[in-house]
Amino acid sequence: MPIPVEALLKKKEHFDRGPHDPRSEDFHHELFELEEQGEWIVSRVPEPFVPVETKYGVTKKIPKAHLWHHKSCGQCGHIPGYSTSIFWVMRKLGYDYNDPRDQTSCTAWNYYASATSNAAAQAAVAIRNFAAAYETGYFPLIHCGTSYGHYKEVREELLHHRELRAQVREIMDKLNKPMVMPEEIVHYSEWFYAMRHEIAALQVRDFSGIAATVHPACHYYKLVEGDAIYDPDVYGGQRTAVVTGVAEALGAEVRNYSTWFDCCGFGFRHILVQRDFTRSFATLRKIERMKEEADPDVVLTHDTGCVTTLDKSQFAAMAHGRNVGVPVMSEAQFAALAMGAHPYKVCQLHWHSADYRPLLEKMGIDWEAAWAEFQQDLKRLESGEKQYLTWDDVG
Amino acid sequence: MTAVENRSAFYKNPNVAGFDDVPYEEKERLIGLVKADMRFPDYLYGCYECGICVAACPSARFYDFSPRRIAQAAARDDVELMYQQMQEDVWECSQCFSCVRCPRGNNPGGIITVLREVAVNAGLASAREALEGYSRIIYKIMSTGTQVSPDMLQPDAFPDWGPEVKDVSDNLDMWRRALPPETLHTTSTGWDVDERTLLELYLIWFHTGALDMIQEVDEGLHMILQEVMEERLEDAGIEV
Repeated sequence: MPIPVEALLKKKEHFDRGPHDPRSEDFHHELFELEEQGEWIVSRVPEPFVPVETKYGVTKKIPKAHLWHHKSCGQCGHIPGYSTSIFWVMRKLGYDYNDPRDQTSCTAWNYYASATSNAAAQAAVAIRNFAAAYETGYFPLIHCGTSYGHYKEVREELLHHRELRAQVREIMDKLNKPMVMPEEIVHYSEWFYAMRHEIAALQVRDFSGIAATVHPACHYYKLVEGDAIYDPDVYGGQRTAVVTGVAEALGAEVRNYSTWFDCCGFGFRHILVQRDFTRSFATLRKIERMKEEADPDVVLTHDTGCVTTLDKSQFAAMAHGRNVGVPVMSEAQFAALAMGAHPYKVCQLHWHSADYRPLLEKMGIDWEAAWAEFQQDLKRLESGEKQYLTWDDVG
Repeated sequence: MTAVENRSAFYKNPNVAGFDDVPYEEKERLIGLVKADMRFPDYLYGCYECGICVAACPSARFYDFSPRRIAQAAARDDVELMYQQMQEDVWECSQCFSCVRCPRGNNPGGIITVLREVAVNAGLASAREALEGYSRIIYKIMSTGTQVSPDMLQPDAFPDWGPEVKDVSDNLDMWRRALPPETLHTTSTGWDVDERTLLELYLIWFHTGALDMIQEVDEGLHMILQEVMEERLEDAGIEV
């Protein structure tokens, strides 16, 4: 199903990017103004960076290196191949990073699920993490789509509410931490998009026969929508370019489907305590639509909750004979596989539910041999030969 | 005839979601708190009643729920309807913020965040009910600084996620030790969080009143959390 980009561009209501669009106002002016007034320190994007275009034409700087990895609860906890792949790709590209222990969750999953917090607490958690990154000299790179979206919201609130800044400053003083706001809030998928040609240059597996559908994560491009990457060369600039830009750079065929704007069904509280909703929405509105309209080999997305929801919801639907059964992963795992990463030691696909083995076969990966290699490594751990596997062990 | 009965045509349930009714003044007080939230004016600019938000809303497809009703009730300053929504509808929202497609720039999902927050703060029955079964998650995030942990993946908790959950559970320690990032060798937290970092998080919960909010919805959980946090802070020589 081709995207009717020409028709969309001819529509009377279509917007032109650029300074004449009132929505293209650049928040950086206020950001630096507050720094001049001594309200906070703006941590600068380190060189080298890649300038990219956001929805209404404001340029965003995506730093290549020297990144402080703000990890994700769900990625680290339940789909660790997601985080591991991000680190692995960055290592292969030769860019240095910091994997901190001085980092808490953004706590936004809980906030959107239960509301057992408030604006001041949420902002203080964000600023504490930004300050922790600043103290190391590294620049934050946010792994989770919800953390990223929430931090953008927090930035908006802090930019516009003096009383909130005062409240947070008081708390930071108690913690002996500076008030720090990064020059850009950068999601890892923006880094992958910015680095897609460098990633493709190291590709060792042919993905030209792989068809993918992309689920863009709500909290990436719906929350503070202006600060998300759009590219006229990807979907004619009508949808966010991250994920799709990476998949296309790797030679995969990205197929369209009608419910691309729908959320995955995560629901924050629903995924944990009301999964009947989550399962139904994920399978009926997303996976079945993709299967029927695009028949992909893989679903790619760029957020913790989306990978979890779209992957884990398929098992129960399969028991009901629904048209499901397609592997789900992040574009970070997809890119890592393209660059030759081990499907188990790096991408950790054994933590996923939907059957990914046919996809691996299509990628030319002998998953049985790969699993046997992983089992050998586990034996080394079991025997006490090693306590942990290291980066040297995983290639 | 009470105010609720007079206006019952507007409600899904004239008894306000089956919970005991409260005097109008109390509803007015609660809605006043919602409107006093600094974010509220940024979330509401009026409503065309176009329904774009409903078309985009996942919860509207599965529940008797409508983000348009949320925006309309707030725009009309309809205390009764907003209270009823606070007692029921708000917990059906997915918080995906698809509704911010609104051509007027409304944010019904944001209004819901604030309505929920006030419901929790006031210990409304709906909030207590919605958060039943969720306590362990609140405990996890507030006490460890990570929302979910690998050891939560147990077959009895996630029977609908397939047999792989049992594989993870059976091999948890080994599979975590096989992860190359050094921070991910944990099983009871998402990653390894420094003790000092955790104490700073505790101080944020104390100083912003976030911890006190728990008291209204789950007194037992609040007691445990307070005890755990105070003890660790005290061990570190930090007074709250």
